[in-house]
Amino acid sequence: MDFSILISNFWSLGLDGIVVGAIYALISLGYTLVYGVLRLINFAHSEIFMIGTMAVYFTILQFGFTGYEDPLPLIKFIGIFLLLAVVAAVVSGGSAVLLEIVAYRRLRIMGASRLSSLISAIGASFVLVEVFRVMTDSKNLDFPRLINKDPFFTWGTLYLSADKVLVIVGAAIIFFILNRIINHTKLGMGIRAVSQDERTAILMGVNVNRIISYTFLLGGVLAGVGSAFYMVFYETTKSNVGFLVGISAFTAAVLGGIGNVKGALYGSFALGLVQQYTSAVLGYNWRDVVTFVILVLVLLIKPTGLFGEALQKARV
Amino acid sequence: MSGIKASSLNLRNKFGDWWESANAAQRTIFRIVVIGIFFALPMLNNPIIDTPETSFTSVLFYPLIMFSLMAVGLNVVVGKSGILDLGYVAFFAIGAYTHAVMSIHTPLNFWEILPFAMAFAMLAGVILGLPALRLRGDYLAIITLGFGEIVRIVAVNTEAIGGAAGITDIPGPSSVLGIEFTVMDPRTYYWLTLTLLLLVIWGVLRLSHRKPGRAWEAIREDEDVAEFMGVATLKYKLWAFIIGGAVGGLAGAIYASQIRSIQPEMFTLNLSIMILACVVFGGMGNIWGVILGAVILGYIPEKLRFLSDYRIIFFGLLMVVMMNIRPNGLLPRQKREKFQEKSK
Repeated sequence: MDFSILISNFWSLGLDGIVVGAIYALISLGYTLVYGVLRLINFAHSEIFMIGTMAVYFTILQFGFTGYEDPLPLIKFIGIFLLLAVVAAVVSGGSAVLLEIVAYRRLRIMGASRLSSLISAIGASFVLVEVFRVMTDSKNLDFPRLINKDPFFTWGTLYLSADKVLVIVGAAIIFFILNRIINHTKLGMGIRAVSQDERTAILMGVNVNRIISYTFLLGGVLAGVGSAFYMVFYETTKSNVGFLVGISAFTAAVLGGIGNVKGALYGSFALGLVQQYTSAVLGYNWRDVVTFVILVLVLLIKPTGLFGEALQKARV
Repeated sequence: MSGIKASSLNLRNKFGDWWESANAAQRTIFRIVVIGIFFALPMLNNPIIDTPETSFTSVLFYPLIMFSLMAVGLNVVVGKSGILDLGYVAFFAIGAYTHAVMSIHTPLNFWEILPFAMAFAMLAGVILGLPALRLRGDYLAIITLGFGEIVRIVAVNTEAIGGAAGITDIPGPSSVLGIEFTVMDPRTYYWLTLTLLLLVIWGVLRLSHRKPGRAWEAIREDEDVAEFMGVATLKYKLWAFIIGGAVGGLAGAIYASQIRSIQPEMFTLNLSIMILACVVFGGMGNIWGVILGAVILGYIPEKLRFLSDYRIIFFGLLMVVMMNIRPNGLLPRQKREKFQEKSK
């Protein structure tokens, strides 16, 4: 127990918490959206994120960075980052749609039990991890440093660096776009309709299969963008990266109330902050244990999370 | 596909008919013959069944009989009661660590530690189960998944039990009935595990034909209805969890005593998933099915060594494919079939 680190770094830990929270938010939205339409936790969503980080890594390899170059000028960096984010979004979104077709669709149409869908998704998740583990030989894949991470602004113990600003600003833009999509487009209306009542949505002429595919796509795209932020911030990936990030993002979704889009955002930021502060006190090794304890406590005390399941009106 | 299905069912129905009509003496003889064959398996020495790199007798111990034991334990949880436990490896790890720590730091021997290994695994089952089993299936799956990983992380971060390096020089079982347990001879461990497996099967079968078994089945088919009908769902789910955990702990203790050194890295999620694949592949809820599943899925990667690096891919694919094509597994539960035939 060492509270001195916590006190002396209070603001910089808080900033890191928000950055990490923004990345979790992008992933936890995928859990929440899919839960809304399917009433199922998409077990393989963490692997969709992992595939995104892999896409980012293999794309950057094409540029021939060795990791020892001078940092890029800002404009060039933003150009490359946008490219990485788009590639990751396409790859992750595509894999999410494929995943739905392979692991979920047939079972859903047959009306199989939840247990069957769960087992099928878990199988798919392990296949994905292992394919990438074999492909990358279980190595840590290091991402080159593209941008100067020295703080350009200091205030007390708060150090603001370019990568953190990028994540926070970028995530804010994405959340704004997502809000527009969900509340002001036909697709968003479809997602909300299926989330509220699938049967009535069918009767109203909503093509449920298509909406479900689009929901997986949306979740996958968000996870892909999240993976691009993740790579710039953490600069490393591995075939099993999805597991712990996935558990954190899932905990964030549950904390905010799974199925609730706004809840996923608040839950992610809350979890990011809690993780940073508790790891400063207990040590980084215990971070995931803390996350897990939070998950268990939330599920026990208030399974609907802090904000309830608001995307749909009632649990079916 | 349907042709194969029909013929295999036919064979099974014929056996079922014979079993129904057989008298007690015939059944006993059949049982003795089958058990005898299994005890004689290590004597089998044939190039066709031999596996490259490891001898058949050691494959027989790990993975075949070990997987079977764990699959029978997990089957109580997943197959009988429909609780998806993705952290089964945690119980295995607790059993293994209990044996490792107690055999080094206490004067107790393997046989005296076995009850402790099972008791600690059961205790872990209660600690995890009491909060977790109140939740719905998919939450429960994530909680158990996290639990399996947390147990491993705690083992890595706790220096008192060896940290990441694990524990070495674990004593094996002391000799019993004149049988010596040595590292070089996996046959004795196979016989030991087989004996315990038979006891476990006997116990599980007795339970499933009685009140707990009916309660588990009711919970699996529809938990809400079961509760309305007065089944104490939490109690029976907890019992399923505890019994499954005890079997996992038992398997862990035997494994640690044979392998003689354990590291946290042995107890990853992959093991949970492999055992789950055995249960799913063999037929959830049918004890003979899951043993068949464990034997097949344990043996194939050993025989086809080039597959071993891809074995989790193979197991994962198998889970997806089985769920899509034959969700009840290779040998489905009999009761359900009868019910379906009647309802047709």
